[in-house]
Amino acid sequence: MRALDIEGLDVDLGGRPVLRDVRLHLDRGELVGLLGPNGAGKTTLLRAILALTRTCGGTVTVEGKPSRPGRSEIGYVPQRHEFTWDFPISVEQAVMTGRTGRLGLLRRPGVTDWRAVGDALDRVQLTGLRRRPVGELSGGQRQRVLVARALALAPRILLLDEPFAGLDLPTQELLGDLFASLASEDRAVLMTTHDLVAAVDSCSRLVLLNGRIIADGRPADLQNAELWTKTFGVSATSPLLKLVKAV
Amino acid sequence: MSITEFLTDLLNPDLAFLPKALAIAIMSSIVCGVVGCYVVLRGMAFIGDAVAHAVFPGIAVAFVLQGSLVLGGAVAGVATALLIAVFSQNRRVKEDSIIGVFLVGAFALGIVIISQAPGYAGSLQQFLFGSITGIPDRDLYVVVGAGLVILGLVLVLHKEFVAVCLDREMSRAMGLPVFWLDIVLYVLVTLAVVISLQTIGNILVLALLITPAAAARLLTDRLGVMMLLAPVIGGTSAVVGLYLSWSYDTPVGGTIVLVATAVFLAAWLVAPRHGVLTRRRGRPVERELATGTSPHPGSGLPDPR
Repeated sequence: MRALDIEGLDVDLGGRPVLRDVRLHLDRGELVGLLGPNGAGKTTLLRAILALTRTCGGTVTVEGKPSRPGRSEIGYVPQRHEFTWDFPISVEQAVMTGRTGRLGLLRRPGVTDWRAVGDALDRVQLTGLRRRPVGELSGGQRQRVLVARALALAPRILLLDEPFAGLDLPTQELLGDLFASLASEDRAVLMTTHDLVAAVDSCSRLVLLNGRIIADGRPADLQNAELWTKTFGVSATSPLLKLVKAV
Repeated sequence: MSITEFLTDLLNPDLAFLPKALAIAIMSSIVCGVVGCYVVLRGMAFIGDAVAHAVFPGIAVAFVLQGSLVLGGAVAGVATALLIAVFSQNRRVKEDSIIGVFLVGAFALGIVIISQAPGYAGSLQQFLFGSITGIPDRDLYVVVGAGLVILGLVLVLHKEFVAVCLDREMSRAMGLPVFWLDIVLYVLVTLAVVISLQTIGNILVLALLITPAAAARLLTDRLGVMMLLAPVIGGTSAVVGLYLSWSYDTPVGGTIVLVATAVFLAAWLVAPRHGVLTRRRGRPVERELATGTSPHPGSGLPDPR
Protein backbone atom coordinates (compact mmCIF):
# COMPACT_ATOMS: atom_id res chain seq x y z
CA MET A 1 0.00 0.00 0.00
CA ARG A 2 1.28 3.42 -0.93
CA ALA A 3 1.59 6.08 1.76
CA LEU A 4 0.07 8.71 -0.50
CA ASP A 5 -1.72 8.34 -3.81
CA ILE A 6 -2.95 11.36 -5.76
CA GLU A 7 -4.77 10.75 -9.04
CA GLY A 8 -6.06 13.36 -11.51
CA LEU A 9 -6.35 16.07 -8.88
CA ASP A 10 -7.97 19.37 -9.98
CA VAL A 11 -8.24 22.36 -7.61
CA ASP A 12 -9.75 25.79 -8.32
CA LEU A 13 -9.33 28.77 -6.00
CA GLY A 14 -11.66 31.74 -6.41
CA GLY A 15 -12.76 30.39 -9.82
CA ARG A 16 -9.21 30.15 -11.17
CA PRO A 17 -7.64 26.80 -11.94
CA VAL A 18 -4.65 26.29 -9.62
CA LEU A 19 -3.92 22.58 -10.00
CA ARG A 20 -4.76 20.43 -13.01
CA ASP A 21 -4.56 16.66 -13.38
CA VAL A 22 -1.95 16.21 -10.64
CA ARG A 23 -0.75 12.64 -10.26
CA LEU A 24 1.71 11.91 -7.47
CA HIS A 25 2.67 8.86 -5.45
CA LEU A 26 4.70 8.65 -2.31
CA ASP A 27 6.12 5.59 -0.61
CA ARG A 28 7.43 5.34 2.91
CA GLY A 29 11.14 5.94 3.10
CA GLU A 30 11.06 8.62 0.42
CA LEU A 31 11.99 12.29 0.88
CA VAL A 32 10.42 14.13 -2.02
CA GLY A 33 11.04 17.78 -2.83
CA LEU A 34 8.19 19.71 -4.44
CA LEU A 35 9.69 22.57 -6.45
CA GLY A 36 7.98 25.36 -8.29
CA PRO A 37 7.77 29.16 -8.51
CA ASN A 38 5.46 31.32 -6.39
CA GLY A 39 1.84 30.59 -7.26
CA ALA A 40 2.67 27.17 -8.71
CA GLY A 41 0.21 25.57 -6.30
CA LYS A 42 2.69 23.95 -3.89
CA THR A 43 0.89 24.96 -0.69
CA THR A 44 -2.47 24.30 -2.35
CA LEU A 45 -1.35 20.75 -3.12
CA LEU A 46 -0.39 20.20 0.53
CA ARG A 47 -3.73 21.63 1.67
CA ALA A 48 -5.55 19.36 -0.80
CA ILE A 49 -3.71 16.35 0.65
CA LEU A 50 -4.91 17.44 4.11
CA ALA A 51 -8.45 17.91 2.73
CA LEU A 52 -8.34 21.57 3.80
CA THR A 53 -9.30 22.84 0.36
CA ARG A 54 -12.14 21.77 -1.89
CA THR A 55 -11.09 19.74 -4.90
CA CYS A 56 -13.05 19.70 -8.16
CA GLY A 57 -11.77 16.41 -9.47
CA GLY A 58 -9.52 13.48 -8.73
CA THR A 59 -8.76 11.57 -5.56
CA VAL A 60 -6.33 11.82 -2.65
CA THR A 61 -5.74 8.53 -0.86
CA VAL A 62 -3.75 8.39 2.36
CA GLU A 63 -2.67 4.95 3.54
CA GLY A 64 -5.45 3.40 1.48
CA LYS A 65 -8.24 5.68 2.73
CA PRO A 66 -9.65 8.96 1.38
CA SER A 67 -8.13 12.01 3.06
CA ARG A 68 -10.05 14.08 5.61
CA PRO A 69 -8.96 16.69 8.19
CA GLY A 70 -7.83 15.35 11.54
CA ARG A 71 -6.26 12.12 10.32
CA SER A 72 -3.29 11.34 12.49
CA GLU A 73 -1.45 9.49 9.68
CA ILE A 74 -0.41 12.87 8.31
CA GLY A 75 1.85 15.27 10.18
CA TYR A 76 1.67 18.80 8.85
CA VAL A 77 4.38 21.44 9.26
CA PRO A 78 2.96 24.75 7.99
CA GLN A 79 5.14 27.73 7.10
CA ARG A 80 6.80 29.29 10.14
CA HIS A 81 4.92 32.57 9.85
CA GLU A 82 1.60 30.80 10.49
CA PHE A 83 2.64 30.34 14.13
CA THR A 84 2.21 33.04 16.81
CA TRP A 85 5.76 33.06 18.15
CA ASP A 86 5.17 35.74 20.82
CA PHE A 87 2.61 33.51 22.57
CA PRO A 88 3.61 32.79 26.22
CA ILE A 89 4.10 29.06 25.83
CA SER A 90 7.04 26.72 26.38
CA VAL A 91 8.54 24.48 23.72
CA GLU A 92 7.04 21.30 25.18
CA GLN A 93 3.58 22.86 25.56
CA ALA A 94 3.71 24.08 21.95
CA VAL A 95 4.57 20.55 20.83
CA MET A 96 1.69 19.21 22.94
CA THR A 97 -0.78 21.38 21.00
CA GLY A 98 -0.12 18.97 18.11
CA ARG A 99 -2.13 16.40 20.04
CA THR A 100 -5.14 18.68 20.70
CA GLY A 101 -7.22 17.07 17.95
CA ARG A 102 -6.41 13.55 19.14
CA LEU A 103 -7.21 14.38 22.79
CA GLY A 104 -10.65 15.71 22.05
CA LEU A 105 -12.77 17.91 24.31
CA LEU A 106 -12.52 17.66 28.11
CA ARG A 107 -9.51 15.32 28.16
CA ARG A 108 -6.24 16.60 29.55
CA PRO A 109 -2.86 15.32 28.35
CA GLY A 110 -1.87 12.11 30.17
CA VAL A 111 1.30 10.05 30.49
CA THR A 112 1.05 8.70 26.92
CA ASP A 113 0.73 12.21 25.55
CA TRP A 114 3.71 13.58 27.47
CA ARG A 115 5.75 10.56 26.42
CA ALA A 116 4.88 11.19 22.78
CA VAL A 117 5.92 14.85 23.20
CA GLY A 118 9.17 13.79 24.88
CA ASP A 119 9.96 11.39 22.03
CA ALA A 120 9.23 14.06 19.43
CA LEU A 121 11.50 16.55 21.22
CA ASP A 122 14.27 13.95 21.45
CA ARG A 123 13.91 13.22 17.75
CA VAL A 124 14.53 16.87 16.77
CA GLN A 125 17.15 17.38 19.53
CA LEU A 126 15.23 20.04 21.41
CA THR A 127 14.97 18.23 24.75
CA GLY A 128 17.44 20.65 26.35
CA LEU A 129 15.20 23.60 25.44
CA ARG A 130 11.88 22.03 26.39
CA ARG A 131 10.98 24.62 29.03
CA ARG A 132 12.09 27.69 27.07
CA PRO A 133 9.42 30.13 25.80
CA VAL A 134 9.04 29.67 22.04
CA GLY A 135 9.60 33.39 21.45
CA GLU A 136 13.25 33.06 22.53
CA LEU A 137 14.19 30.47 19.89
CA SER A 138 16.22 30.98 16.71
CA GLY A 139 14.74 30.34 13.25
CA GLY A 140 16.19 26.84 12.99
CA GLN A 141 15.01 25.93 16.49
CA ARG A 142 11.53 27.23 15.66
CA GLN A 143 11.40 25.03 12.58
CA ARG A 144 12.33 22.07 14.79
CA VAL A 145 9.49 22.90 17.19
CA LEU A 146 7.02 22.74 14.31
CA VAL A 147 8.47 19.43 13.13
CA ALA A 148 8.27 18.04 16.69
CA ARG A 149 4.65 19.18 16.95
CA ALA A 150 3.85 17.19 13.80
CA LEU A 151 5.83 14.19 15.09
CA ALA A 152 3.87 14.19 18.37
CA LEU A 153 1.17 12.22 16.55
CA ALA A 154 3.69 9.65 15.23
CA PRO A 155 2.56 10.20 11.61
CA ARG A 156 3.48 7.96 8.66
CA ILE A 157 3.48 10.92 6.29
CA LEU A 158 5.09 14.29 6.91
CA LEU A 159 4.17 17.36 4.85
CA LEU A 160 6.60 20.28 5.18
CA ASP A 161 5.77 23.69 3.74
CA GLU A 162 8.88 25.76 2.91
CA PRO A 163 10.92 24.52 5.89
CA PHE A 164 14.09 26.22 4.60
CA ALA A 165 12.60 29.68 4.03
CA GLY A 166 14.65 32.43 5.67
CA LEU A 167 17.26 30.09 7.19
CA ASP A 168 21.02 30.23 6.63
CA LEU A 169 22.93 27.43 4.88
CA PRO A 170 24.29 25.56 7.94
CA THR A 171 20.78 25.48 9.44
CA GLN A 172 19.32 24.26 6.14
CA GLU A 173 21.90 21.49 6.05
CA LEU A 174 21.10 20.34 9.60
CA LEU A 175 17.37 20.35 8.87
CA GLY A 176 17.88 18.57 5.54
CA ASP A 177 19.75 15.78 7.37
CA LEU A 178 16.94 15.58 9.93
CA PHE A 179 14.27 15.25 7.21
CA ALA A 180 16.29 12.58 5.40
CA SER A 181 16.65 10.54 8.56
CA LEU A 182 12.94 10.98 9.38
CA ALA A 183 12.18 9.57 5.92
CA SER A 184 14.57 6.66 6.45
CA GLU A 185 12.55 5.68 9.56
CA ASP A 186 9.72 4.34 7.39
CA ARG A 187 8.00 7.66 6.84
CA ALA A 188 7.04 9.38 3.60
CA VAL A 189 8.19 13.01 3.62
CA LEU A 190 7.02 15.61 1.11
CA MET A 191 8.41 19.14 1.33
CA THR A 192 7.86 22.23 -0.74
CA THR A 193 10.80 24.51 -1.30
CA HIS A 194 12.22 27.29 -3.43
CA ASP A 195 15.67 26.23 -2.51
CA LEU A 196 17.13 24.16 -5.29
CA VAL A 197 20.49 23.46 -3.65
CA ALA A 198 18.99 22.23 -0.38
CA ALA A 199 16.41 20.14 -2.26
CA VAL A 200 18.91 18.43 -4.57
CA ASP A 201 21.20 17.82 -1.65
CA SER A 202 18.73 16.07 0.63
CA CYS A 203 15.85 14.72 -1.51
CA SER A 204 15.66 11.27 -3.04
CA ARG A 205 13.18 12.52 -5.65
CA LEU A 206 12.17 15.90 -7.04
CA VAL A 207 8.77 16.89 -8.40
CA LEU A 208 8.57 20.02 -10.56
CA LEU A 209 5.18 21.68 -10.28
CA ASN A 210 3.59 24.60 -12.04
CA GLY A 211 -0.16 24.08 -12.04
CA ARG A 212 0.55 20.58 -13.32
CA ILE A 213 3.36 18.14 -12.70
CA ILE A 214 6.11 19.03 -15.17
CA ALA A 215 8.59 16.37 -14.09
CA ASP A 216 9.03 13.72 -11.42
CA GLY A 217 12.29 11.84 -10.92
CA ARG A 218 15.62 11.50 -9.20
CA PRO A 219 17.69 14.72 -9.18
CA ALA A 220 20.17 13.16 -11.63
CA ASP A 221 17.36 12.43 -14.12
CA LEU A 222 16.22 16.05 -14.29
CA GLN A 223 19.12 17.49 -16.27
CA ASN A 224 16.96 18.55 -19.23
CA ALA A 225 17.00 22.38 -19.18
CA GLU A 226 13.59 22.61 -20.82
CA LEU A 227 11.87 21.10 -17.76
CA TRP A 228 13.26 23.85 -15.57
CA THR A 229 12.48 26.72 -17.98
CA LYS A 230 8.94 25.37 -18.28
CA THR A 231 8.46 25.04 -14.52
CA PHE A 232 9.91 28.34 -13.43
CA GLY A 233 9.06 30.35 -16.56
CA VAL A 234 12.64 31.57 -16.92
CA SER A 235 14.66 32.14 -20.08
CA ALA A 236 17.24 29.70 -21.43
CA THR A 237 20.02 31.96 -20.13
CA SER A 238 18.71 32.09 -16.54
CA PRO A 239 21.23 31.58 -13.73
CA LEU A 240 18.84 28.90 -12.46
CA LEU A 241 19.89 26.62 -15.33
CA LYS A 242 23.58 27.08 -14.52
CA LEU A 243 22.73 26.08 -10.97
CA VAL A 244 20.85 22.96 -12.16
CA LYS A 245 23.88 21.92 -14.24
CA ALA A 246 26.21 22.62 -11.36
CA VAL A 247 24.31 20.47 -8.86
CA MET B 1 -12.31 57.36 54.57
CA SER B 2 -10.65 54.51 56.41
CA ILE B 3 -10.98 50.87 55.40
CA THR B 4 -13.02 50.18 58.58
CA GLU B 5 -15.55 52.84 57.63
CA PHE B 6 -15.76 51.33 54.13
CA LEU B 7 -16.42 47.90 55.66
CA THR B 8 -19.09 49.36 57.94
CA ASP B 9 -20.78 50.95 54.92
CA LEU B 10 -20.62 47.63 53.09
CA LEU B 11 -22.56 46.01 55.95
CA ASN B 12 -25.02 48.87 56.38
CA PRO B 13 -28.49 47.64 55.26
CA ASP B 14 -29.38 51.19 54.10
CA LEU B 15 -26.53 50.98 51.61
CA ALA B 16 -27.49 47.54 50.25
CA PHE B 17 -26.49 48.58 46.72
CA LEU B 18 -22.84 48.86 47.76
CA PRO B 19 -22.04 45.17 48.43
CA LYS B 20 -24.10 44.30 45.34
CA ALA B 21 -22.01 46.65 43.21
CA LEU B 22 -18.82 45.28 44.75
CA ALA B 23 -19.86 41.68 44.01
CA ILE B 24 -20.69 42.54 40.40
CA ALA B 25 -17.49 44.54 39.93
CA ILE B 26 -15.35 41.69 41.29
CA MET B 27 -17.12 39.03 39.25
CA SER B 28 -16.87 41.08 36.04
CA SER B 29 -13.19 41.81 36.57
CA ILE B 30 -12.38 38.16 37.18
CA VAL B 31 -14.27 37.02 34.08
CA CYS B 32 -12.88 39.87 31.95
CA GLY B 33 -9.38 39.14 33.21
CA VAL B 34 -9.54 35.49 32.15
CA VAL B 35 -11.24 36.06 28.80
CA GLY B 36 -9.06 39.13 28.22
CA CYS B 37 -5.96 36.88 28.10
CA TYR B 38 -7.18 35.41 24.80
CA VAL B 39 -8.15 38.87 23.58
CA VAL B 40 -4.68 40.26 24.31
CA LEU B 41 -2.78 37.22 22.97
CA ARG B 42 -4.78 37.08 19.75
CA GLY B 43 -4.53 40.82 19.24
CA MET B 44 -8.31 41.14 19.07
CA ALA B 45 -8.65 44.19 21.32
CA PHE B 46 -10.56 45.89 18.52
CA ILE B 47 -13.17 43.11 18.59
CA GLY B 48 -13.61 43.73 22.31
CA ASP B 49 -14.14 47.40 21.59
CA ALA B 50 -16.63 46.59 18.82
CA VAL B 51 -18.63 44.25 21.02
CA ALA B 52 -18.67 46.79 23.84
CA HIS B 53 -20.21 49.34 21.51
CA ALA B 54 -22.44 46.81 19.81
CA VAL B 55 -24.32 45.96 23.00
CA PHE B 56 -25.57 49.55 23.12
CA PRO B 57 -28.62 49.17 20.81
CA GLY B 58 -29.71 46.14 22.85
CA ILE B 59 -29.46 48.13 26.06
CA ALA B 60 -31.36 50.98 24.43
CA VAL B 61 -34.19 48.67 23.37
CA ALA B 62 -34.27 47.08 26.83
CA PHE B 63 -34.38 50.57 28.38
CA VAL B 64 -37.23 51.70 26.14
CA LEU B 65 -39.16 48.47 26.81
CA GLN B 66 -38.23 48.46 30.54
CA GLY B 67 -36.64 45.00 30.15
CA SER B 68 -33.41 43.55 31.54
CA LEU B 69 -30.45 45.61 30.38
CA VAL B 70 -28.06 42.66 30.73
CA LEU B 71 -30.25 40.45 28.57
CA GLY B 72 -30.83 43.14 25.93
CA GLY B 73 -27.12 43.88 25.75
CA ALA B 74 -26.25 40.19 25.49
CA VAL B 75 -28.61 39.64 22.56
CA ALA B 76 -27.31 42.65 20.62
CA GLY B 77 -23.68 41.89 21.40
CA VAL B 78 -23.89 38.23 20.41
CA ALA B 79 -25.74 39.15 17.20
CA THR B 80 -23.00 41.61 16.26
CA ALA B 81 -20.23 39.16 17.15
CA LEU B 82 -21.83 36.56 14.86
CA LEU B 83 -22.19 39.11 12.05
CA ILE B 84 -18.50 40.03 12.38
CA ALA B 85 -17.46 36.36 12.35
CA VAL B 86 -19.56 35.60 9.27
CA PHE B 87 -18.63 38.74 7.32
CA SER B 88 -14.93 38.36 8.04
CA GLN B 89 -14.91 35.01 6.21
CA ASN B 90 -14.92 37.15 3.07
CA ARG B 91 -11.25 38.02 2.67
CA ARG B 92 -11.77 40.94 0.29
CA VAL B 93 -12.50 43.36 3.13
CA LYS B 94 -10.18 42.91 6.10
CA GLU B 95 -11.55 41.96 9.49
CA ASP B 96 -10.70 45.29 11.14
CA SER B 97 -12.72 47.18 8.53
CA ILE B 98 -15.70 44.85 9.06
CA ILE B 99 -15.42 45.42 12.79
CA GLY B 100 -15.20 49.16 12.23
CA VAL B 101 -18.39 49.12 10.15
CA PHE B 102 -20.42 47.16 12.70
CA LEU B 103 -19.01 48.95 15.75
CA VAL B 104 -20.15 52.39 14.62
CA GLY B 105 -23.31 51.10 12.95
CA ALA B 106 -24.51 49.39 16.11
CA PHE B 107 -23.65 52.35 18.31
CA ALA B 108 -25.51 54.71 15.94
CA LEU B 109 -28.55 52.42 16.04
CA GLY B 110 -28.43 52.52 19.84
CA ILE B 111 -28.35 56.31 19.89
CA VAL B 112 -31.31 56.57 17.51
CA ILE B 113 -33.33 54.07 19.56
CA ILE B 114 -32.60 55.62 22.94
CA SER B 115 -33.39 59.13 21.68
CA GLN B 116 -36.99 57.89 21.30
CA ALA B 117 -37.25 57.46 25.06
CA PRO B 118 -38.13 60.62 27.02
CA GLY B 119 -35.50 61.87 29.46
CA TYR B 120 -32.77 59.71 28.05
CA ALA B 121 -29.82 62.02 28.70
CA GLY B 122 -29.31 60.92 32.30
CA SER B 123 -29.62 57.22 31.51
CA LEU B 124 -27.25 57.63 28.60
CA GLN B 125 -24.56 58.85 30.92
CA GLN B 126 -25.18 55.83 33.16
CA PHE B 127 -24.74 53.41 30.24
CA LEU B 128 -21.62 55.09 29.00
CA PHE B 129 -19.78 55.57 32.27
CA GLY B 130 -21.34 53.06 34.66
CA SER B 131 -23.01 53.43 38.02
CA ILE B 132 -23.21 51.47 41.24
CA THR B 133 -26.76 52.40 42.18
CA GLY B 134 -30.02 51.06 40.83
CA ILE B 135 -28.82 47.54 40.05
CA PRO B 136 -31.77 45.14 40.46
CA ASP B 137 -31.21 41.90 42.46
CA ARG B 138 -32.09 39.92 39.35
CA ASP B 139 -29.03 41.35 37.55
CA LEU B 140 -26.77 40.22 40.38
CA TYR B 141 -27.88 36.61 39.84
CA VAL B 142 -27.59 36.94 36.07
CA VAL B 143 -24.04 38.30 36.37
CA VAL B 144 -22.88 35.62 38.79
CA GLY B 145 -24.56 32.85 36.77
CA ALA B 146 -23.22 34.10 33.43
CA GLY B 147 -19.77 34.57 34.95
CA LEU B 148 -19.64 30.97 36.17
CA VAL B 149 -20.82 29.69 32.77
CA ILE B 150 -18.12 31.72 30.99
CA LEU B 151 -15.37 30.48 33.32
CA GLY B 152 -16.62 26.90 32.90
CA LEU B 153 -16.54 27.14 29.10
CA VAL B 154 -13.02 28.58 29.21
CA LEU B 155 -11.92 25.64 31.35
CA VAL B 156 -13.44 23.15 28.90
CA LEU B 157 -12.21 24.75 25.68
CA HIS B 158 -8.87 26.15 26.87
CA LYS B 159 -6.59 23.81 24.95
CA GLU B 160 -8.61 24.27 21.75
CA PHE B 161 -8.49 28.07 22.12
CA VAL B 162 -4.72 27.90 22.63
CA ALA B 163 -4.25 25.72 19.54
CA VAL B 164 -6.29 28.13 17.39
CA CYS B 165 -4.50 31.20 18.84
CA LEU B 166 -1.14 29.60 18.07
CA ASP B 167 -1.71 28.33 14.55
CA ARG B 168 -5.03 28.36 12.70
CA GLU B 169 -3.77 26.38 9.73
CA MET B 170 -2.46 23.55 11.89
CA SER B 171 -5.69 23.57 13.92
CA ARG B 172 -7.71 23.07 10.74
CA ALA B 173 -5.40 20.25 9.72
CA MET B 174 -5.99 18.61 13.11
CA GLY B 175 -9.71 18.69 12.39
CA LEU B 176 -10.60 21.33 14.98
CA PRO B 177 -13.76 23.35 14.16
CA VAL B 178 -11.86 26.65 13.92
CA PHE B 179 -14.83 28.73 12.75
CA TRP B 180 -17.03 27.54 15.62
CA LEU B 181 -14.27 28.02 18.18
CA ASP B 182 -13.95 31.62 16.92
CA ILE B 183 -17.69 32.10 17.35
CA VAL B 184 -17.64 30.70 20.89
CA LEU B 185 -14.71 32.96 21.80
CA TYR B 186 -16.48 36.03 20.36
CA VAL B 187 -19.61 35.14 22.33
CA LEU B 188 -17.59 34.69 25.53
CA VAL B 189 -15.97 38.10 25.01
CA THR B 190 -19.43 39.58 24.44
CA LEU B 191 -20.86 38.06 27.61
CA ALA B 192 -17.86 39.18 29.66
CA VAL B 193 -18.41 42.70 28.35
CA VAL B 194 -22.15 42.66 28.97
CA ILE B 195 -21.94 41.58 32.60
CA SER B 196 -19.38 44.33 33.24
CA LEU B 197 -21.43 47.12 31.70
CA GLN B 198 -23.47 47.98 34.81
CA THR B 199 -20.65 49.17 36.99
CA ILE B 200 -17.94 50.08 34.51
CA GLY B 201 -19.97 51.50 31.65
CA ASN B 202 -19.94 51.04 27.93
CA ILE B 203 -16.90 53.13 27.10
CA LEU B 204 -14.60 51.91 29.86
CA VAL B 205 -15.40 48.19 29.78
CA LEU B 206 -12.64 47.59 27.25
CA ALA B 207 -10.12 48.50 29.94
CA LEU B 208 -11.32 45.66 32.16
CA LEU B 209 -10.83 43.24 29.27
CA ILE B 210 -7.42 44.46 28.08
CA THR B 211 -5.53 46.17 30.91
CA PRO B 212 -5.29 43.37 33.53
CA ALA B 213 -4.42 40.77 30.86
CA ALA B 214 -1.81 43.06 29.27
CA ALA B 215 -0.26 43.78 32.68
CA ALA B 216 -0.19 40.04 33.43
CA ARG B 217 1.51 39.38 30.08
CA LEU B 218 4.28 41.81 31.05
CA LEU B 219 4.83 39.94 34.30
CA THR B 220 5.14 36.39 32.97
CA ASP B 221 6.05 34.21 29.99
CA ARG B 222 3.76 31.41 31.14
CA LEU B 223 0.18 31.25 29.98
CA GLY B 224 -1.12 29.50 33.11
CA VAL B 225 0.39 32.15 35.37
CA MET B 226 -0.91 34.91 33.10
CA MET B 227 -4.46 33.55 33.29
CA LEU B 228 -4.28 33.53 37.10
CA LEU B 229 -2.62 36.93 37.41
CA ALA B 230 -5.02 38.78 35.11
CA PRO B 231 -8.17 38.10 37.16
CA VAL B 232 -6.26 38.83 40.39
CA ILE B 233 -5.14 42.20 39.00
CA GLY B 234 -8.66 42.89 37.70
CA GLY B 235 -10.37 41.86 40.94
CA THR B 236 -7.96 43.87 43.11
CA SER B 237 -8.43 46.92 40.88
CA ALA B 238 -12.20 46.54 41.29
CA VAL B 239 -12.03 46.43 45.10
CA VAL B 240 -9.50 49.25 45.42
CA GLY B 241 -11.29 51.28 42.74
CA LEU B 242 -14.66 50.96 44.41
CA TYR B 243 -13.16 51.88 47.79
CA LEU B 244 -11.49 55.00 46.35
CA SER B 245 -14.61 55.92 44.41
CA TRP B 246 -16.74 55.61 47.56
CA SER B 247 -14.24 57.55 49.68
CA TYR B 248 -13.59 60.44 47.30
CA ASP B 249 -16.94 60.43 45.51
CA THR B 250 -15.41 59.81 42.08
CA PRO B 251 -17.14 57.90 39.23
CA VAL B 252 -16.77 54.18 39.97
CA GLY B 253 -16.00 52.95 36.43
CA GLY B 254 -13.35 55.56 35.84
CA THR B 255 -11.72 54.96 39.23
CA ILE B 256 -11.51 51.19 38.75
CA VAL B 257 -9.98 51.66 35.30
CA LEU B 258 -7.45 54.17 36.63
CA VAL B 259 -6.35 51.70 39.32
CA ALA B 260 -5.94 48.96 36.69
CA THR B 261 -4.00 51.37 34.48
CA ALA B 262 -1.69 52.19 37.39
CA VAL B 263 -1.03 48.45 37.85
CA PHE B 264 -0.23 48.16 34.13
CA LEU B 265 2.22 51.06 34.28
CA ALA B 266 3.87 49.58 37.37
CA ALA B 267 4.21 46.22 35.57
CA TRP B 268 5.68 47.98 32.56
CA LEU B 269 8.33 49.56 34.74
CA VAL B 270 9.31 46.72 37.07
CA ALA B 271 8.32 43.44 35.35
CA PRO B 272 10.96 40.78 36.17
CA ARG B 273 12.36 40.28 32.65
CA HIS B 274 10.63 42.73 30.33
CA GLY B 275 10.25 45.78 32.59
CA VAL B 276 11.86 49.05 31.55
CA LEU B 277 13.73 49.54 34.84
CA THR B 278 14.61 45.88 35.44
CA ARG B 279 15.92 45.52 31.89
CA ARG B 280 18.35 48.37 32.39
CA ARG B 281 19.64 46.87 35.62
CA GLY B 282 19.75 43.39 34.11
CA ARG B 283 22.19 44.13 31.25
CA PRO B 284 25.02 41.89 32.52
CA VAL B 285 22.60 38.96 32.63
CA GLU B 286 21.75 39.56 28.99
CA ARG B 287 25.39 39.51 27.98
CA GLU B 288 25.84 36.21 29.76
CA LEU B 289 22.82 34.85 27.91
CA ALA B 290 24.25 35.93 24.57
CA THR B 291 27.53 34.10 25.09
CA GLY B 292 25.72 31.07 26.43
CA THR B 293 23.91 30.27 23.18
CA SER B 294 25.05 27.94 20.43
CA PRO B 295 28.28 28.65 18.51
CA HIS B 296 26.41 29.29 15.23
CA PRO B 297 23.57 31.70 15.94
CA GLY B 298 20.45 30.28 14.39
CA SER B 299 22.03 26.90 13.72
CA GLY B 300 19.34 25.18 15.73
CA LEU B 301 21.83 23.31 17.88
CA PRO B 302 20.58 22.70 21.41
CA ASP B 303 21.82 25.16 23.94
CA PRO B 304 24.67 23.76 26.07
CA ARG B 305 22.92 24.76 29.29
